[in-house]
Amino acid sequence: MTEEIREIISNHGRLPVDISTLAPDADLYQAGLSSHASVNVMLALEDHFDIEFPDHMLTASVFESIVAIEAAVSTLRSEATLS
Amino acid sequence: MSVALDRSQAFLDSVCQIADEVAAPHADEVDREARFPSETIEALRGAQALSAFVPRELGGAGLPLEAIAAACFQLGRRCGSSAMVFAMHQIQLITIVRHLQGAPWFERYLRRVADEQRLIASITSEVGTGGDMSRSIAPLTPAAEGTSTFEKQAPTVSYGAHCDDLFVTLRRSPDAEQTDQAVALIHSEQAQLEPTGTWDPLGMRGTCSPGYRVHATLSDEQVLPAAFGKMMAESMVPLSHILWSQLWLGIATDAFDRARAFVRAQAKQKPGETPPAALRLSHLMSELSLLRAEVASGLEEYVEIADEPGRERLSTMACALRFNNLKIAASEQAPRVCQGALSVCGIVGFKNDTPFSVGRHLRDTMSACLMIANERIHQTNASLLLIAKDV
Repeated sequence: MTEEIREIISNHGRLPVDISTLAPDADLYQAGLSSHASVNVMLALEDHFDIEFPDHMLTASVFESIVAIEAAVSTLRSEATLS
Repeated sequence: MSVALDRSQAFLDSVCQIADEVAAPHADEVDREARFPSETIEALRGAQALSAFVPRELGGAGLPLEAIAAACFQLGRRCGSSAMVFAMHQIQLITIVRHLQGAPWFERYLRRVADEQRLIASITSEVGTGGDMSRSIAPLTPAAEGTSTFEKQAPTVSYGAHCDDLFVTLRRSPDAEQTDQAVALIHSEQAQLEPTGTWDPLGMRGTCSPGYRVHATLSDEQVLPAAFGKMMAESMVPLSHILWSQLWLGIATDAFDRARAFVRAQAKQKPGETPPAALRLSHLMSELSLLRAEVASGLEEYVEIADEPGRERLSTMACALRFNNLKIAASEQAPRVCQGALSVCGIVGFKNDTPFSVGRHLRDTMSACLMIANERIHQTNASLLLIAKDV
């Protein structure tokens, strides 16, 4: 999943740096992720993983790093499987 | 609890007295001459109002946000510029109180605010960012041991020439991205402010907000430790919208009061007849009620969410949309009410020297849609609406 997330950030995050140079826990906002670009990343994640981020998860901290995004996506996917 | 309420009430009583006895009699001159409302700010200092939100253990009055909001409203009724200076100071101050994370330098600083009634201005806008506060160009640059410097070009710095301290947003370091920001609090004697323009605007003339090129050297302790995004989402943005909208409501309320006084004066001239302007006043009252409801509910919702442990909800998109909408709605509705008051009063409202003059009110509230341009906020909202669910 990490690779898919990296790919999505690379395509939609408009980062000024190469995503492959970022550690999984690197702060994406510090790496230059703008709030506008982060919305596009969220939309692409929802589309790709067929999930919907509920409002309480739509905060900067949920999308601040690749590991944080992975945790959020995993939570939503496991909830989807259970229901 | 009742002791706290009594303290809030005592504070508000003294702010109302200052508004009536100091701000009101100087408001026209402040406006005409585009000069700083120094009498009002001195009187607020005398009432310890500049440290009203500082916690009691640090020497302040420890009053709640509701009391600060009510003070902005009351000052707005008498002098929009005085209210704006007071509101901006409080936005900076509350952000520091909430986000200092126990940093000793900032705790000492807050004690000084309480002791010396220091006035805080801000340098948040920047030439080249197109009004986007979530980007900074000017970096904090490490200098000699434990110090940093910066040079920032700001299109407006409200009361920069009249403050004691400046709250500055900066890029965290020379190699940081524009979205990686920090807040520094500098004393005015640490900074050189070189004016880059003049100040002769349409309204809010007493805020004295020309552009400046600012150089400063500061100690690294003067940088707030909290994460910038968190400070923006939890405090800087919603507090600006909430306190600004309170004072816009104050200005609009006074315009309405003047229109009502005009209609009463007309009614007294012809007893037994309802003057035609009374009907327009009734229409105007419903416009004012809409504004009042939006401003009151915005404050109430914010206080409720800000009281939750961790304040996580303030960082959600739903909250960003909520307080962005408060700003858009209040900034559009306040001048609408003032214009309605003008149409009630007619020519005596249009003249600048009658008891029913509302020109200053109209001009002051016309600044509202420009303070963080509404179109920029709409752009942000448009993007958030693509992903937010329950709004």
